[in-house]
Amino acid sequence: MASKPAKEELILPNVGRFQAASLPAQEETTRSWKRLKIGVPLGQFFFNGFTVTSAFIILSLVLAISAVLAVEAVPALVRFKAGFLVGTDWDPVNEQFGALPFIYGTAVSSFLALIIAAPFGIGVALCLSEMTPFWLSDILGFLVELLAAIPSVVYGLWGIFVLGPFLRDAVEPVLVRYLGFLPLFQGPRVGVSMLSAGAILAVMVVPYISAVCRDVFSAVPAGLREAAFALGATRWEVVRLAVLPYSISGIVGAIILGLGRALGETIAVAMVIGNRPVISASLFMPSTTLASAIANEFTEATSDIYVSALIELGLVLILMSLLINVTARLMIYKLITERFSR
Amino acid sequence: MNTLGPYADTYRAWRKLKSAAMMGATVIATLLTLVPLFLVLSYLVRQGVSGINWVFFTRLPRPVGEVGGGMGNAVVGTLELVGLASVLAVAVGIGTGLYLSEPGRNSAAANAVRFAADVLMGVPSIVVGIFAYAVVVRPMGGFSALAGAFALATMMTPLVARTAEEALKLVPAELRESALALGIPRWRTSLSVVARTAARGIATGVLLALARIAGETAPLLFTAFGNQYWSTSLKQPIAALTVQVYTYAISPFEDWHRQAWAGALVLTAMVLLAEALVRLLSGRGLRVPR
Amino acid sequence: MAKMRLMRLSAYFGRTRALKEINLDIPESNVTAVIGPSGCGKSTLVRCLNRMHEAVKDARVEGEVLLDGENIYAPGVDPAQIRRRVGMVFQKPAPFPTMSIEDNVAAGLKLNGLGRSRAERAEIVERSLRRAALWDEVKDELGKPGTSLSGGQQQRLCIARALAVEPEVLLMDEPCSALDPISTAHIEELVLELKSQYTIVIVTHNMQQAARVSDFTAFLLGGILIEFSDTKQIFTNPEQQETEDYITGRFG
Repeated sequence: MASKPAKEELILPNVGRFQAASLPAQEETTRSWKRLKIGVPLGQFFFNGFTVTSAFIILSLVLAISAVLAVEAVPALVRFKAGFLVGTDWDPVNEQFGALPFIYGTAVSSFLALIIAAPFGIGVALCLSEMTPFWLSDILGFLVELLAAIPSVVYGLWGIFVLGPFLRDAVEPVLVRYLGFLPLFQGPRVGVSMLSAGAILAVMVVPYISAVCRDVFSAVPAGLREAAFALGATRWEVVRLAVLPYSISGIVGAIILGLGRALGETIAVAMVIGNRPVISASLFMPSTTLASAIANEFTEATSDIYVSALIELGLVLILMSLLINVTARLMIYKLITERFSR
Repeated sequence: MNTLGPYADTYRAWRKLKSAAMMGATVIATLLTLVPLFLVLSYLVRQGVSGINWVFFTRLPRPVGEVGGGMGNAVVGTLELVGLASVLAVAVGIGTGLYLSEPGRNSAAANAVRFAADVLMGVPSIVVGIFAYAVVVRPMGGFSALAGAFALATMMTPLVARTAEEALKLVPAELRESALALGIPRWRTSLSVVARTAARGIATGVLLALARIAGETAPLLFTAFGNQYWSTSLKQPIAALTVQVYTYAISPFEDWHRQAWAGALVLTAMVLLAEALVRLLSGRGLRVPR
Repeated sequence: MAKMRLMRLSAYFGRTRALKEINLDIPESNVTAVIGPSGCGKSTLVRCLNRMHEAVKDARVEGEVLLDGENIYAPGVDPAQIRRRVGMVFQKPAPFPTMSIEDNVAAGLKLNGLGRSRAERAEIVERSLRRAALWDEVKDELGKPGTSLSGGQQQRLCIARALAVEPEVLLMDEPCSALDPISTAHIEELVLELKSQYTIVIVTHNMQQAARVSDFTAFLLGGILIEFSDTKQIFTNPEQQETEDYITGRFG
């Protein structure tokens, strides 16, 4: 093999047709292959074992959380059945547990938050992806992200001592004066209220909506934007004709994802909402949410059925949040993953 | 030369005006969004800075009614909880990230795992607390640092996993191919070439996850529970800054409110510092999953 | 004689067949060029020779490829072992960014667990860099990151890296397409020097390059091997009409 063969010796293939090659004898082939085989690929085995196990842990955590909650809620499920969801009495002393005020409070505070946060979130994302130069978007984006980084207990603290009193003394009187005919804006003003909870949630949710919207906007094909600009469209027309139509499902997904965040937010809400399990049309009244009730009452729950009822609140919460998260993810995935995955 | 009719110029001007108005509105929205950030931070500093001194970091909380004392145990407790949580979460998180980008790459199983991780990130933190209560606190017979760390780890794992995956995905395919073409086994390629190239991104993801869980209160309420005394034992309730701030904030005592602001300032400073560090480390390439 | 022999080799991406029943003998210690228009399966062909084709999702191979008479696709064969014997250089130079120049060259040895002493490794690094005609340029900065080199140097570093595991065959997949003319000339000279010790297969879209460096040329079109013969003959007197059309620039 060491000597270079003369070119004439080469067997050139008969192009297009199969030319029988002189194969070495069978035994020889088998024997010579021992050289190429290695034993058990142990490294690969351990690597796969480690990564697959890790992935399996994540997968099973989701299932385990749902299963544990369902099992723990069984006593309450058995005892109160569907009445739990529609009952309005929450009376631990007499072991009466109705979840409706909590569901109502969760839904209203979250929707209130979204009504405020969605326009801001989308506006921020549009501004950062369509208006400002790259370096400025980078800085502003970081600042907006910081809103998401501030711990919720800090928001709660600020809500109790600053935002709550501010809403009570400055915002609510204005609302009463101009919109007081609506049942939403009637009743005593105490500082802890549904309105406070909605406002604080809005601040906390904006960065999520804007971050997801930015991802979605950056997934809009550059050609679409350029084509619109080339037609002489103004900046806003580019947004309206090229960016928004392409990303509408992603925007909706972002808002729903924000809703998921708002539903599950616990501490900040527990600190400003007043924690009263009553259903009231007025946004000035204290209310409560599923998450904040669990936070407040779990360690004080003395009877097993009380604990189980609280866990059933958790079960309702996680079902709502799973439903919302799955919906939102599905809406966003299509738009984003195609661009970012290879 | 007006081929578009007599009103074309007016129409053009109107369109420009409309564009300016709409895009101006987005700028205003951005500025308004940042107002709460500055308000919160400025209040924190104004109210909290007076409470921060040597005593705050070194002393225990005083009983109700006595003025003074500090949150030394809570600072240590938070560090212990976060450290312990990362011991539990980092390996599994990085392992999952590796699975998603290496052996599982593009498979249906990987999509399921990625989806699960994203859903897990969206599970309300209070629910994670209940979960940890049911699987750790009750079997162990009481609140403990371990239970708190377990709850935090449950929240931290998917975040580490997804940032690790994103970091690993940024590694050019050519590197993987080059390594494989040298006859380097797949697992070795994944670890020594791909993961090593992505190491900074992965580390950034861990830091980010640390910052996020350090600020969590809800999952600790009935797992770590809080403690007025020094304790670093895994089996005993442990104090945490967030829980302490929460307890003090909803108390009726003036002096505790002052301490709550100081605690909140320390907590926020820790978290924002970590976020800034993440920003510096990650540059622009890394996408933070939500 | 033939170092590698392709027998009825077909390659697939999912359901598309990229190569159709290729029969080809790759002569030892010679340079074989693979030419053809883009998308004709040139890269796929060489990637089948060291089992890199299967690194792509849904890709698979039918037929046999013999290396010294042994089928590299036989069951139980470890592709990593094949890749150590059949080295590869890619279109885009890709030094490992976390490693120094020295570590890049030694990467194949270290990460394959081919335990060698430090001194022995240093010797192999020097020898490989010399063979890749890079030694004189980098000998004083072996500790610098591999990515700090220029594009042409990076590609020679990748060649050195491939040579360090002492392969028998060297596959080069358009190694010059990302390089400037001077670096290209460097690499071409290198190919001519290396062919005394290695069997080289080079994919190129540049016909002048094929004519300059290769002894044999295979012309591929639409996944089919149209013609394979002595380079001189292919470029002066091709047998097939398609080959002539391509070489004279009538298409492609």
